[in-house]
Amino acid sequence: MSADPGQFVLTLLQAVAMGLLTGMVYGLMALGLSVIFGVMRVVNFAHGEMMVVGMYLAWLAFDRLGLDPLVSLPAVAAALFVFGYVLQRTVINPFIGLPEHMQFMLLLAVAILLVNACLAIFGPDTHGVQVDYMFDSFNVGPLVLDAVRVYAALVALLIAGLLWLFFTRTRSGKAIRAAADNHVGALVVGLDVKRLYALTFGVGAACVGAAGALMLLIVQVHPFLAIDYTLLAFVIVIVGGLGSMSGALAGGLLIGVSEAVAGVLLQPSLKSVFSFGLLILVLLLRPQGLLARRS
Amino acid sequence: MLDVSGLDLHYGDAQALAGVSLHAQAREIVVIVGANGAGKSSLIRTIHGMHRPSAGRITFEGIDIAGQPSHQVVERGIGQVAEGRQVFPNLSVLENLEMGAAPRRARAQEKATLERVFGLFPRLAERRRQAAGTLSGGEQQMLAIGRCLMGQPKLIMLDEPSLGLSPAMTQEVFRVVRQLHADGLTILLVEQNVMASLKLANRAYVLENGRIVLSGTGPELLDNDGVRQAYLGL
Repeated sequence: MSADPGQFVLTLLQAVAMGLLTGMVYGLMALGLSVIFGVMRVVNFAHGEMMVVGMYLAWLAFDRLGLDPLVSLPAVAAALFVFGYVLQRTVINPFIGLPEHMQFMLLLAVAILLVNACLAIFGPDTHGVQVDYMFDSFNVGPLVLDAVRVYAALVALLIAGLLWLFFTRTRSGKAIRAAADNHVGALVVGLDVKRLYALTFGVGAACVGAAGALMLLIVQVHPFLAIDYTLLAFVIVIVGGLGSMSGALAGGLLIGVSEAVAGVLLQPSLKSVFSFGLLILVLLLRPQGLLARRS
Repeated sequence: MLDVSGLDLHYGDAQALAGVSLHAQAREIVVIVGANGAGKSSLIRTIHGMHRPSAGRITFEGIDIAGQPSHQVVERGIGQVAEGRQVFPNLSVLENLEMGAAPRRARAQEKATLERVFGLFPRLAERRRQAAGTLSGGEQQMLAIGRCLMGQPKLIMLDEPSLGLSPAMTQEVFRVVRQLHADGLTILLVEQNVMASLKLANRAYVLENGRIVLSGTGPELLDNDGVRQAYLGL
């Protein structure tokens, strides 16, 4: 920490900017969780694990094929979509509507399987990618923004926009919203709710897979990141408001910023103190979340 | 058109329907009356595929549809206007109607059907951008009926469509039912407004404790002493 107050403000602003950029990727990750919960009231306890699977897939594409994660992202998202769709159709669907603790056990089991599969295949060491723009940066006024974060944030924003178009402009997207809005109504009009649920889980998984590919530009992957990301996604979604898409994005930005600022004010290893502190504050003052539609 | 025979439905150990048989011919208005909890909604929902019957047959246009999921039943041409309207409150009126065109069969003429529905219910056209949850009860009932028509059903089952509506709105609902019948639809109507609905009925059934206890033409049931005492308070 600098003694010069001007320098300190600049450092802080720099951290906020970085936090916002990383926060977009967090937001995309949380969006996946939020969509799944909002539609079928299932809490995906394997969310961080799916994020890490996305990261490993992007790493494989880089390591074996030399593909930039930004290039392999559509394929990674598609793979996670298929995984999510099939997982919902085969394993999760029979648990819809059962007591929450049973769903929790099931998804925890999925999480344990995924993280240990990653451990068995890739080992406990970290893997990262080296892209040629790794050390590039953009100067915005006095701020210096890492190119990787800027690209990751822009792509995350783009995907969130595509998701919004999907939910507001396509028949399937509207049908998913309808099924979330009124389950009985969806059966009454003859929507194939089971297919829509599988589609939703697929879309949520694709979001988190894409977020994983983007995150690999920023951090290195190892299996034990998974539990941290699951927790982080929960914190973001609860802060933003469960089931609210804009809430998930806003929560992602907020948590991204709080982590970055904590890194400046305290130290990077204490960054979770701020996000969990924020969570406690939100739970005390506005338990429905910041942008929840109804209380 | 629709033949139900020996239909049993259980919720766990509780029996909701016991040996229910009924029949609806094409272009008929069939009315089912009964007290609360008699099993009227259970019957409608079982025909619609929302509940799986424990015994019995449901034949629609010669095909056994008992136990088929709702989306397949709707695809065959059975529409439902559910009790409590069951609109999608956070979707716009227009989106609600679009969702009504869920069956593939109905997609080709979706635009034309929409114009027809707006012609039948001009209020819905005025409010097409509004969230369905902001509509009045009567308007939501219109939306529920319009949404059902979007699926181009051949048989339409209405579950207590006048429940909770003002007398004027109730009359409007009955006007619409007569209109739909005149347009060639077959109608299965469950109503607590026994007098008004029996007057419309070509065929009527009285359901008590999950059993059909009486059946006949509308006028026959209107003249029946048991019906007059139990449901009309006469």
